[in-house]
Amino acid sequence: MVQLTLPKNSTITEGKVWPKPAGANRLTEYRIYRWNPDDGKNPAVDTYFVDRDDCGPMVLDGLIWIKNTVDPTLTFRRSCREGICGSCAMNIDGTNTLACLKSMDDVTAKSVNIYPLPHMPVVKDLVPDLTQFYAQHASVEPWLHTETPAPEREWRQARSDREKLDGLYECILCACCSTSCPSYWWNGDRYLGPAALLQAYRWLIDSRDEATGERLDDLEDPFRLYRCHTIMNCAKACPKGLNPAKAIAEIKMMMVSRQF
Amino acid sequence: MSTTSGSSMRTPRRTISGLGSARSGTGHFWLQRVTAAANLILVLIALPVFVYVAGQDQAGMRAVLGNPFVAIVMLLLLVSITMHMRIGMQVVIEDYVHSEGLKILSLLGNTFFSIAVGCAGVFAILKISFGG
Repeated sequence: MVQLTLPKNSTITEGKVWPKPAGANRLTEYRIYRWNPDDGKNPAVDTYFVDRDDCGPMVLDGLIWIKNTVDPTLTFRRSCREGICGSCAMNIDGTNTLACLKSMDDVTAKSVNIYPLPHMPVVKDLVPDLTQFYAQHASVEPWLHTETPAPEREWRQARSDREKLDGLYECILCACCSTSCPSYWWNGDRYLGPAALLQAYRWLIDSRDEATGERLDDLEDPFRLYRCHTIMNCAKACPKGLNPAKAIAEIKMMMVSRQF
Repeated sequence: MSTTSGSSMRTPRRTISGLGSARSGTGHFWLQRVTAAANLILVLIALPVFVYVAGQDQAGMRAVLGNPFVAIVMLLLLVSITMHMRIGMQVVIEDYVHSEGLKILSLLGNTFFSIAVGCAGVFAILKISFGG
């Protein structure tokens, strides 16, 4: 059955409260999940105070400020700091999002509460193991499949067909959607999840792709596709404003329409 | 069937591939929508009957269900609802029950229960309709 309680060694404890920076006027409290695979301790939530006059406005700016000035052991992924690389996906204020796109002022709780993406194995602190997530993306073969010999120049596509890829190609694979999905939590080993399915749909409706039937065959499965119960957390979480639930519904429509 | 045992030495791609696509699920998905639509229509038709027979004695019930139109609507409603119930419960079991043996047992139990309940209901309606 689904495990609804944490095993003893995973129960989260109260961690260290780090000192407030001296002489700071505007402080924002951060409460951050900490776990180190090497010290044998349970995960803990540490409390930090960020000097807002010494740091940028986004949640990621605060994390970098903490790492630079308070606690260099705090571990998280980040790279582009402008919402295009997808590295800093984490659970902030109860929702999966990108730390670089989330403003500290938009946080509704009185502290900025940060946890790693839900229901993924944790490597350390805020770094989840996304190996399975990437394998699922690879399994939908997200590249052009053709039988027709390649043309001398590019594969041509009507403007209207190209427009069908809008709202799909923008996905940066940050995993906010898949890790917000209860179906993915309970059956992540067999359900492909919203991110991989959105990418699958991106290739299903590409007018240049010639493997639509085979792609649908590979997806037609009670678990791979049909574990989606239109919970819609994916669309709510997506920091790029995409709608994976709609893409999945379109795949189901294709499945049904090829029956009649 | 899940294939997660000994997964530490398998490649991630192998774990995700599992036993491949079952090439099914669309019929199930579609039947859920068809029975949902049928339930809605049939409940709307049956609702006035429920209101009418509320509080009536057995003779009154017999008279109402003796009408072939009413009896057929009741039969259709019962069949549609039990089918919808069975496939809905199947999804819940597949979602939450992860040990193989218990899952198969639950799915079997679900099928048997739904068919038994459906048959009992059909029998009862026919019996009352034919004069009880």
